[in-house]
Amino acid sequence: MTTETKFTEASLSETRHPETALAEHVSQGRAFYHSQVFRRQMILVALVLALFFSLCVDLALGPARYSLGEVIAALFTPDSVSQQARVILWEIRMPVALMALVVGASLSVAGAQMQTILSNPLASPFTLGISAGASFGAALGLAFGVAIVPAAIEFVVPINAFVMAMFTAFLIHALSLKRGVTVETIVLLGIAMVFIFNSLMALIQFFASQEAVSAVVFWTMGSLTKATWPKFWIALSILALSMPLLARHGWALTAMRLGDAKAESMGVNPRALRLEVLVLVSLLAAIAVAFVGTIGFIGLVGPHIARILLGEDQRFFLPGSALCGALILSVGSVISKIIIPGTIIPIGIITSLVGIPFFLFLVLNHKKASW
Amino acid sequence: MVTLQLNRVSARYGRRPILEEITTPCFQGGQVVALLGPNAAGKSTLFRRVLGLLKGEGEVIISGTSAARPVGYMPQDTGAKAVLTVYESVLLARMQGRGLKVQPEDLAQVDRALEELSITALGERDIGDLSGGQRQLVSAAQALVQEPEILMLDEPTSALDLNRQISLLTVLRRLADERQMLILVALHDLGHALRFADAAMMLENGRLIACGSTAEVITPALLRQVYRVSTRIESCSKGQPQLIVEAAI
Repeated sequence: MTTETKFTEASLSETRHPETALAEHVSQGRAFYHSQVFRRQMILVALVLALFFSLCVDLALGPARYSLGEVIAALFTPDSVSQQARVILWEIRMPVALMALVVGASLSVAGAQMQTILSNPLASPFTLGISAGASFGAALGLAFGVAIVPAAIEFVVPINAFVMAMFTAFLIHALSLKRGVTVETIVLLGIAMVFIFNSLMALIQFFASQEAVSAVVFWTMGSLTKATWPKFWIALSILALSMPLLARHGWALTAMRLGDAKAESMGVNPRALRLEVLVLVSLLAAIAVAFVGTIGFIGLVGPHIARILLGEDQRFFLPGSALCGALILSVGSVISKIIIPGTIIPIGIITSLVGIPFFLFLVLNHKKASW
Repeated sequence: MVTLQLNRVSARYGRRPILEEITTPCFQGGQVVALLGPNAAGKSTLFRRVLGLLKGEGEVIISGTSAARPVGYMPQDTGAKAVLTVYESVLLARMQGRGLKVQPEDLAQVDRALEELSITALGERDIGDLSGGQRQLVSAAQALVQEPEILMLDEPTSALDLNRQISLLTVLRRLADERQMLILVALHDLGHALRFADAAMMLENGRLIACGSTAEVITPALLRQVYRVSTRIESCSKGQPQLIVEAAI
């Protein structure tokens, strides 16, 4: 059976010859794609520049203030600045400032991929209970000196937090393997975890001493002042290892946002990919939370801002999420130093107070749907 | 030339059998095969079983191809939640299993798929802004851009207006004729099946109750049994068979 093919371009371009219109659309479609890629590359470059500027400002601020020129000189030609400036900038402020970038990037990437694989805009390390699990682990160490895994005193709290965060993640993974469990069920499991750990935290605070309660509360606010060079290198290593592993699945992860049926039709195995990515991002989130405490806002909002700026093509969305998260936390760090001179307000408070109005402004003023 | 044959193929969800021992003749590239049957007959399950998404007894025998993924599939679900343009979403289907770097050939294939379906003008639009029918055409482009040798489409015309239904089926017919693609298409419109398909499979409650040329399968007796409608088939002035539905029984 042979049927003559007849294109009906009339509905698309009524006044032009169909073939002419078609050729124009073909070149327009590809030209638009190229311009879109170029625009996104420029946005990524702009984010990198903004991040560098924010890092310099973050380094410049503190009890001893330096000009941006002095900071840049100290960064690129350390010998050109005084010994005191070198020590303050490189030994004291640099680990904290860099930790803000790495933790911000880690939490944002973790949130971005949780939202992607669970197809839920509310998914983040915070809403899936990973942060709550970490807080519970930290509270055990802070209030009662319990070390879940034997470790040096300095590392008891972060290791407790890490172990509990990973335990929560694996519990969710194990439950998600049960027959009939959907992505909606996984999100519900996460919310259940948050409530369980919040109750356990309340129980610890009920029995703990006043000093211990203060320490637990301060920890849960999240603070970059806990950062040290070894912690920074550990967090950076995990991030540096995770990014290529996630990028390797870039096309498959983008396809996941079209739904499981569509992804499967493109050759993706959604179940296997979901588990692999969940393990990876849980590790990222657990390390970040273990070292600086709970900062709930970044993992939720960093990806949404990246999505508004760059869309959901993972070639841009993945690095964009990392950069947005890093930038938010770095700017938060700057604001936490200047809002009350001489006092560094816990970063978790700042990111929520300053970041959420900014986020709402973006969402409400964005012309296109961002989810 | 690519061929597809099913040999006692079964599938089940849990303990509930969905497909029972489906055996077909050997379908070849260049054929359009209509998959017919009422709702919940097992048409989508059969597609998923052929694609390997469901396990079960029996054999799905695909031969005459050296492609790693010879089968392309357009599911009913046209998924449109992502923040992607039409062009990106079709490119995405093309790039699965390939490197991150997009080659000019990949973009040429995207252009070609959009052009085949006359939706090049939609390239810049966000998929979330499309109508159901437009999404269905984009979904077909996503299947086509993978350059499959066997293309399976699950009710691809269900949301399309009459013009686009005929256009899409015309394109499918031409792909079979010119590229020797084997096309399996689930259809509810039996008139379309009579006009565009070479062969048909009729499913009912997970069983294959008829398989052969469209004239052998689409008969008043079988339609009365499966769809519970009384029908006549008459030749039009051009000699083509036309299905006339008289009443539901």
